[in-house]
Amino acid sequence: MRWIWIDKFLEFRSREFARAVKNLTLAEEHLHDHFPGYPVMPASLMIEGLAQTGGILVGEASGFTEKVVLAKIPKAEFFGIATVGDQLIYEVTLLDLRAEGAIVEGKVLLRGELLAEVEIVFAFLDKSRAQQLFGDKNFVFTPQMLGILDMARASGVAKSSSQPS
Amino acid sequence: MPTHDEIYQKVQATLVDALGVDDDDVTREATLQGDLGAESIDFLDIVFRLERNFGITIPRGELFPENIVPDADTVKDGKLTTKGVEELKARMPFADLTAFAANPEVDRIGDLYTVDMLVNYVSTKLAAK
Repeated sequence: MRWIWIDKFLEFRSREFARAVKNLTLAEEHLHDHFPGYPVMPASLMIEGLAQTGGILVGEASGFTEKVVLAKIPKAEFFGIATVGDQLIYEVTLLDLRAEGAIVEGKVLLRGELLAEVEIVFAFLDKSRAQQLFGDKNFVFTPQMLGILDMARASGVAKSSSQPS
Repeated sequence: MPTHDEIYQKVQATLVDALGVDDDDVTREATLQGDLGAESIDFLDIVFRLERNFGITIPRGELFPENIVPDADTVKDGKLTTKGVEELKARMPFADLTAFAANPEVDRIGDLYTVDMLVNYVSTKLAAK
């Protein structure tokens, strides 16, 4: 299994906002265990999808030079469930970005209805410490992860800060 | 310019959101870590919220100084030296170091981060706007 919990970006505005889609299918192993006979998308994985959407939004703002890690979830409210065959829309708005990290507001939408509201704080790992621990390898933004943004750029969905809007 | 009490109430609401504590727990004397259970990553969250709620800019390390115990010259036997206390005062002019200075153990530096310290800091920032 690949640890990628969004399928593609529908919209990507650098330093502002990102919208991604996640389709739920019975090909996903975890849905057979959560729960047997009643496949429900775990709330924690919806948070992970929002974190990946937001993490790429935050990472792109600095040209992916920072190691962006999920540091804290101050708020997470869920108003329903999602199951196989459903299509989740993840919307993330960048609230604040500073030298030490960023905070985003995320929403999960199902058939146009609000399914969840989540706040996420990201921290940037200290560069010298991260270099000691991990070297040049950026374990956060793997080629597979960045490939999602590459696809969005190729399709004209993504607008980076250097591109005219 | 809001009053000291108005700032306190807004700081109180900020900490309730950031730390998930009851507003009754957020007294002026409460320490962020000891009494309210804040962890290091919560400091970043608090900075984000204070900036947004008060419309102020908080430069990195100004409210919660980093590398607060810089060298052997300022620390001896687990306590800040006179020079160390003076440096701490200079870096945290909004904190009340009176009680701390009487027994300046390094481990007690975290106790300087109180609700009142945040109120004083915000008051200073708003006055300078």
